[in-house]
Amino acid sequence: MAAGIRRLYSVAPLTDSNAMTSLPDLICPAGSLPALKAAVDNGADAVYLGFRNDTNARNFAGLNFDAKAMAEGIRYAHGRGREILLAINTFPQAGRVADWRSAVDSAVDLGADAIILADVGLLDYACRKHPQQRLHLSVQGSATSYEAINFCQREFGIRRAVLPRVLTLAQVEHVIRNTSVEIEVFGFGSLCVMNEGRCWLSSYACGESPNTVGACSPAKYVKWDKVAAAPGQAGHMDTRLNGILIDRFGDDEPAGYPTLCKGRFDVQGETYYALEEPTSLNVLSILPEIARIGVRAIKVEGRQRSPTYVAQVTRTLRAALDSLADGAEKFLVKPAWQAELTKVSEGSQATLGAYSRPWR
Amino acid sequence: MSDFTVPKFRLPGFVAEIGRKLPQWPHGLALVAGLNAALKMKLLPESELTALDDKLFRVQVLDTGGTAHFTYRDSLFRPVFRAEREPDLAFAAHLSAYLQLLARQEDPDTLFFNRELEITGDTELGLMVKNMLDAVEWPKLPSLPLPTR
Repeated sequence: MAAGIRRLYSVAPLTDSNAMTSLPDLICPAGSLPALKAAVDNGADAVYLGFRNDTNARNFAGLNFDAKAMAEGIRYAHGRGREILLAINTFPQAGRVADWRSAVDSAVDLGADAIILADVGLLDYACRKHPQQRLHLSVQGSATSYEAINFCQREFGIRRAVLPRVLTLAQVEHVIRNTSVEIEVFGFGSLCVMNEGRCWLSSYACGESPNTVGACSPAKYVKWDKVAAAPGQAGHMDTRLNGILIDRFGDDEPAGYPTLCKGRFDVQGETYYALEEPTSLNVLSILPEIARIGVRAIKVEGRQRSPTYVAQVTRTLRAALDSLADGAEKFLVKPAWQAELTKVSEGSQATLGAYSRPWR
Repeated sequence: MSDFTVPKFRLPGFVAEIGRKLPQWPHGLALVAGLNAALKMKLLPESELTALDDKLFRVQVLDTGGTAHFTYRDSLFRPVFRAEREPDLAFAAHLSAYLQLLARQEDPDTLFFNRELEITGDTELGLMVKNMLDAVEWPKLPSLPLPTR
């Protein structure tokens, strides 16, 4: 091992203060027990997951963990020295605050290593009721400045914050230098308009959005219509959200998730991706920089995806991180890693997103 | 895990030409037999299966020209030989994509992004079926004894 970078195995306590010289933890998603096992078996240091209800932001039919699967998943991960981070990252709805509080209580009872929370009321409840419980501030908490993060540390004792995907690498470093809270950033996965924790866009089309029901573009409003090629007209697929046409793909064009932010719209007579195009974030090429500035953990997006995706992405990022442990100066992105991650990317393309923005 | 991978391939056009003209009922029977075997092994969650009651499903294999319709009723999957309405949920893909899915070699969203898998009809039902299959812990097949020297 060289260049002052050393691998911190997950059995090491999370409170390790030597973050400046350690390799970031790899945090992987799971929407099912097979996905959790795929993450653990392929080298995740921690797996994040949610209950099977609207207390988390991936509330889709048949996805996530009931109490039995959750207990088995935690047993599986702990038995192999990995951690479970439980996301309760939606906002309690009026009249139903008790549902969110009871989710926090269950997470503590089940033995989650950390609970990922977004709502300040819920953070307040969790830190008073369970003062020993490790709390992380969710990306949905939308804290982009060290002032906001330090506030949550002072008031609620958060130990880690997940940064929204809107900061440049220099800004991430600035945050890290001004807080003792561990910083987690996204390393791979689908991008959206990234007004995280504040996005109501989906509500304009269907009256429901992540903060209210735990899902953007809920599936019951999504319809794909295939129009076969005919003489003089190419085949295409229409994507509709609650009846509103939000995109049309030619037969050879890659597709994305059916969200408004990734739709193509008619703007003054021109039709194009007016907000964002379907794409995935991929930080492989800046991994050494991420480790150097002291990022404590790298998160993979995609609890809604299959165990296969979890295995593919976890395996690839684990290999990259292990290679980084051999020395940042020797680190080279292998074409096979890029190919694997690009293949599973939304719209079949990847970007460095806000990290590489040269302007301020 | 074995190193065997299902390659991406496409059968020549004449296969579908012939396949479309052949009787379609054997595909339906084979698919339903497989699904019912999974039921019998209690691999599929009973509580969620009720959402499939009386829904009409269509699975189309584009490059073999094969199409299978089936439904779920009284706790069993049943082939539908004469579909008299549009299916509630329809999948269309080439054979290699289905094989890659079954082998858990590719992720359905990946295939969808790459336009190798089409899902039409009731999207929520589709998502539920996808998530139900993702949550199944398929029994590990015994590995074949390899010749040793």
